[in-house]
Amino acid sequence: MRPPLARALGAALVLLIAVIPAGAQDKPRTGGELVFVVPSEPPSYDAHQEETFGVIHPIAPHYNTLLRTDPNDKTGTKPVGDIAESWTVSKDGLTYTFKIRRGVKFHDGAELTSKDVKASYDKILKPPAGVKSLRKEAYESIASIDAPDATTFIIKLKYPEPSILLNLASPWNWIYRAETLAKDPHWYEKNVNGTGPFKFGEHVKGSHWVGKKNPDYWDKGKPYLDGYRAIFISSSAAQVAAVRGERAMIQFRSFSPPERDQLTQALGNKIAVQESPWDCLNFVSMHHEKKPFDDKRVRRALSLALDRYEGSKALSKITLVKDVAGIQVPGTPFATPPAELEKLAGYGHDINANRAEAKRLLKEAGVPDGFSFVFKNRGIPHPYEPLGIWLISQWKQIGLNVRQEIIEASAYHPMLKRGDFEVAMDFQCGFIVEPDLDLPRFISTSDANYGRHKDTVIDDLMHRQGRATDPEERKKILRQLEKRLLDEEAHVIYTLQWHRIIPHLAKVKGWTITPSHYLNNQLDAVWLSE
Amino acid sequence: MWKYLIKRFLLMFPTLLGVALLTFVLIRVIPGDVVELRYAGDRGAVSQDVLTKERARFGLDQPLWKQFATWIIGVARLDFGESMWTGAPIWQEIRLRFALSLQVAIMATIVAVALAIPLGVLAALKQDTWIDYAVRIFSIAGLATPSFWLGIVFILLLLVVFHWLPPMIYTPFWQNPWENMKQLIWPALAVGYRYSAVATRMTRSAMLEVLREDYIRTARAKGLVQRLVLARHALKNAMLPVLTVVALEFAFLIGGLVVTEQVFNLNGLGLLFVQAVAHRDYTLIQALVMLVAGAFIVVNFVMDVGYAWIDPRIRYR
Repeated sequence: MRPPLARALGAALVLLIAVIPAGAQDKPRTGGELVFVVPSEPPSYDAHQEETFGVIHPIAPHYNTLLRTDPNDKTGTKPVGDIAESWTVSKDGLTYTFKIRRGVKFHDGAELTSKDVKASYDKILKPPAGVKSLRKEAYESIASIDAPDATTFIIKLKYPEPSILLNLASPWNWIYRAETLAKDPHWYEKNVNGTGPFKFGEHVKGSHWVGKKNPDYWDKGKPYLDGYRAIFISSSAAQVAAVRGERAMIQFRSFSPPERDQLTQALGNKIAVQESPWDCLNFVSMHHEKKPFDDKRVRRALSLALDRYEGSKALSKITLVKDVAGIQVPGTPFATPPAELEKLAGYGHDINANRAEAKRLLKEAGVPDGFSFVFKNRGIPHPYEPLGIWLISQWKQIGLNVRQEIIEASAYHPMLKRGDFEVAMDFQCGFIVEPDLDLPRFISTSDANYGRHKDTVIDDLMHRQGRATDPEERKKILRQLEKRLLDEEAHVIYTLQWHRIIPHLAKVKGWTITPSHYLNNQLDAVWLSE
Repeated sequence: MWKYLIKRFLLMFPTLLGVALLTFVLIRVIPGDVVELRYAGDRGAVSQDVLTKERARFGLDQPLWKQFATWIIGVARLDFGESMWTGAPIWQEIRLRFALSLQVAIMATIVAVALAIPLGVLAALKQDTWIDYAVRIFSIAGLATPSFWLGIVFILLLLVVFHWLPPMIYTPFWQNPWENMKQLIWPALAVGYRYSAVATRMTRSAMLEVLREDYIRTARAKGLVQRLVLARHALKNAMLPVLTVVALEFAFLIGGLVVTEQVFNLNGLGLLFVQAVAHRDYTLIQALVMLVAGAFIVVNFVMDVGYAWIDPRIRYR
């Protein structure tokens, strides 16, 4: 038997050996090139006028925004400074004063000042003639912006808006150089010059995008990577093969559950998986000007027929949906607590009672034996097609005879806009989970209110929640809005929340999944352990 | 001969014009347009005002005849315009992918010819023996196997057996031949096998026909050795239909490897074609169709000239 001292020393040594590598692993390691797959390609390089993540994923690492969401926050709903070092809010909630960081340089060597921030926001809020800005409507509350000195940027609002900080953390609002914009507001469509952690390397159309470490980055010590390479791969089978063959380390949008299983089976402990509810959703729009969908009893019956909890179990194995949720992503600040969710029509656990109620409503609406209708779905495999099949099977349980018509992807939006449907699959994806960003499409006058409902109560609740500065008060209003939208009037039927699945090589560290595939793509904190 | 050549050359233009008109009209019959697809993305809520302005910018608000006239005048000046999706000049989009597609087409043709001619000749010489049956099974299997499927099998085999995947990014041959071959040999083999099947069967049947001709019998009667009979008399005469098949297949490969390019993630013209159609990028689709049609027309023209040169009866007809 060894003496106590020797045992103690041995134990200490074992502890030391165990601790040192762990500590070393947690400490970011510099160097290496991150290779990732992007399933889509940027149409132009200017995020202010684009809609696709194909712009964000390869190009965001070249830029900074005024604010960003905390890269370590899994909900992606906490605004932190990016170019803004700090900010203050006036007592009346109308004036936001941002202190802009000093020593931030564009990749061409010019110093960033608040004039650049103002010029970028001017382009977003009041684009010059011939320049598009897809998000100016999202900033209707802004009365004016000003840059009184080199390090101060002021935003004045028309009314207090609790969501404004998150809206300013938008991953689309890249800061461009004022002088360049003044010379040519289209310059950023085909060129890159930001202040971000990586400089532009090359873009070979249809093939790849390369970024190289910015050695003069203002956040000293970052980025950790020497560079990154984004490979454009549209085929999902080729994307999986790229990760499986270790030609790529990660894909930042999502893989499907079978693809995740395939990768984990093939790569074992070489792969890590991060999952999150996704701020994307398929919902059913019913044309309110077509009978019998003008009758809320019929619309409620359609929602009551859905066994969401069993549907979740089955569908989450094969496609990109999982959580049963209300109007906000589960786990985020304004999400519906489960106990309240269960009170909504079609969200209770007793499916027999739900369907009995659905049949009663149909009888009351004058269609006791059910009726036939056409359900128009988008011709995209995931998750549209499995969800469509599930919906039809559920509606059949209450005596409805539904024929599915698949609309080719490019003809789908025109069909919705024309109102050429009785019942159709609709969808939306948000870039940050925030009611003001996710819900405006449900107000009566929205261009995207494809079901054409007219509901002044919804409009009023939307208006009120957007101005409620007390979060608890705002939650109450949102619950009323939710009850009205999904239950009392059942203007739309929510299916299941999309579910984001990111399998990546285990050596990729420093990246946290959020509910949005538009967030956390600056790559400044990402590092490779090997 | 010159009269024949000029006639064949001039016939190319009405054919191209017909292709241009047909493509222009057909692509516009399909519902949805580039503006709709680009701005009705994940949010699906871009204002109508933005969509209207974008359509006007691309000239899509103009009458169809005016759009066609503008485009065809540009084509006559070899200006195909800009991609509606990326805003880049069309020639730039195509030039980038052309080298890769051309290389795959050349490599697949080499694979196909290297397999087809010896196998086809062998099968004809050993007609109805086990060798003939083996070659026929090999070629029928090639016809029945889609090249993209074979590509998937290659990838799975490489992944599962060798834990290796071909490079995902194209390296030009003159920059790094080894890296280039590591990527392109697999699609060339997958496509070349199917391509060789067509050519093998054509070689076999052409050889069988030629081997029964009087002049072959005469050559043998004169005491020529088998090698010379085959090389000088049989093969040369049997090659006309084989060359036709090889040339047409080559023209097809320039823009036709749609699925194979997706399987191997090759940044070629086929993949560009798919993306252009998916994006309703009218100008790019039109240019690509014109390019492929042009390739077919030029190959046909060269074939006709070659026929006329080889067989004088054609040019005097």
